[in-house]
Amino acid sequence: MARAMTMTEKIFAAHAGLSEVQPGQLIKAKLDLVLGNDITSPPAIKEFEQISDKVFDKDKIVLVPDHFTPNKDIKSAEMAKTMREFARKQNITHYFEVGRMGIEHVLLPEQGLVAPGEVIIGADSHTCTYGAVGAFATGVGSTDMACAMATGETWFKVPASIKVELTGKLTKWVSGKDVVLTLIGMIGVDGARYQSLEFAGPGVASLTMTDRLTISNMAIEAGAKNGIFPVDSITEQYLTGRVKRAYTPVAADPGAEYIRTITINLEKLTPVVALPHLPENVRPVSEMALTPINQVIIGSCTNGRIEDLAQAAAIFDGKQVHEDVRAIIIPGSQDVYLEAVKLGYVEIFVKAGAVVSTPTCGPCLGGHMGIMAKGERAVATTNRNFRGRMGHVDSEVYLASPAVAAASAVLGRIAGPEEVA
Amino acid sequence: MRFTGKVWRYGDNVDTDVIIPARYLNTADMKELALHAMEDIDPTFAGKVKEGDMIVAGKNFGCGSSREHAPGALKAAGVACVVAESFARIFYRNAINIGLPLIELGEGDINIKAGDMLAVDLAAGQAENLASGEKFAIPALPGFIQDIAQAGGLVPYTQQLLAKKK
Ligand code: SF4
Repeated sequence: MARAMTMTEKIFAAHAGLSEVQPGQLIKAKLDLVLGNDITSPPAIKEFEQISDKVFDKDKIVLVPDHFTPNKDIKSAEMAKTMREFARKQNITHYFEVGRMGIEHVLLPEQGLVAPGEVIIGADSHTCTYGAVGAFATGVGSTDMACAMATGETWFKVPASIKVELTGKLTKWVSGKDVVLTLIGMIGVDGARYQSLEFAGPGVASLTMTDRLTISNMAIEAGAKNGIFPVDSITEQYLTGRVKRAYTPVAADPGAEYIRTITINLEKLTPVVALPHLPENVRPVSEMALTPINQVIIGSCTNGRIEDLAQAAAIFDGKQVHEDVRAIIIPGSQDVYLEAVKLGYVEIFVKAGAVVSTPTCGPCLGGHMGIMAKGERAVATTNRNFRGRMGHVDSEVYLASPAVAAASAVLGRIAGPEEVA
Repeated sequence: MRFTGKVWRYGDNVDTDVIIPARYLNTADMKELALHAMEDIDPTFAGKVKEGDMIVAGKNFGCGSSREHAPGALKAAGVACVVAESFARIFYRNAINIGLPLIELGEGDINIKAGDMLAVDLAAGQAENLASGEKFAIPALPGFIQDIAQAGGLVPYTQQLLAKKK
């Protein structure tokens, strides 16, 4: 009998051809998918070309130009071009051109490119998002991407796992973003450094896939290697019609070892914000004294899905964006965009006086489409509020859910959804 | 590998956005990026850093983005190695992969000040703060991570592996 293993350990063992693995062990694992974007791929391509002239599998590489696209300047156009030409030359199946693309971590699950039990690396730190479907997924750098594109495998240190036991159900206007911000507030930005966060407990069943994707997305903000959810009927329902290939869901063994268990009662959570300049600076929205804002961003790989826009639309409906605020709404993919048009959300946003952008990372990383000047303050549904992240080094980002962001846009200050709705 | 260099001292949670802000990431030219390294927490760094200098920091150095441009820019700026209580995992991986030596000292007080001179001997696993005379051990890299570091990074390491397979 192999030792009782966590989800991550079991997935690693299967991909390393071992009957068991344990925390701390160094392994080489086969990869099911390798991802890169317009910032990380160009250096990876340069390195790849020093190693090989052919990718290991043209169907298992995904290239998404999303950070500085539609290109913001000549240099970023050159980088996107490098990636496009590489995709053509290597005949990469999953290359998503502007007009068909989305923010990578919204796009890949939506297009059925990630499935339970798989091992996925991406040259982007939020690759951990795919833990939501029960895959092992983690961010790496360009050199890792380069070598993985050549060999189809990479090295890992097996992480110890922290169990996050969820109980109860979320109340109205509280969502996945509040769950993950609360968790990061509890354990800190390095609370799970070099460890896996494994979500479990009866509360999981009450979380939508959108909530789970948001939660897994921000595992990295606690320093975690990955953030993984069990595969249940909600996962299966989401995957139906998206994932066409066979996959093998993995469940944690009874008796698997966790170095720590953290319990969160979803019932008790309230809308929160993370104050600059670390995602661990979490406070209840209700405790925020009058904090005026200049900008609101709703989108990103954390909260750019249709349910996120639905929350925002419910708040904006029939209301106006405050005169001191620029509200920018960025659907996470072309599919999300189209759905938002069909459901009437785009009309609600435009009538409210908000901007609706084509899918892009844009302002999330201070790229384009909403860069802030000195002294300005934003509420954003993004995942990082580091110094200078969205523009000037003396600008501030407060992280929040779409509902809080929308309410704040309407009132011109950090505000809870119930103050508006 | 042995080297001696001057210390630049920083605190906890130095993130990749301050090591190299995204506004400069429309290029992957590390020499160009080096001109902006650390500028959001230390505008003097890029202008004054000398070949062979070292960075000493607190916990969770390099947290945030997976951008390899962060260790890349530091290396291109001449930084010989980064010493910290702990490193964020992607930064750690990236630095090993591109051949930028890291020294992880574990939690606790690191008694090294800005401007101190450090002498590092990676092969012997020893470092000394020449300012205070204090010596400390450098933990060895485990298993094939050592091989990657010795090959000079993941690209030469993979080239060697693929050559062996042929
Ligand atoms: S939306 Fe932001 S965090 Fe997500 S991939 Fe893009 S830049 Fe990174």
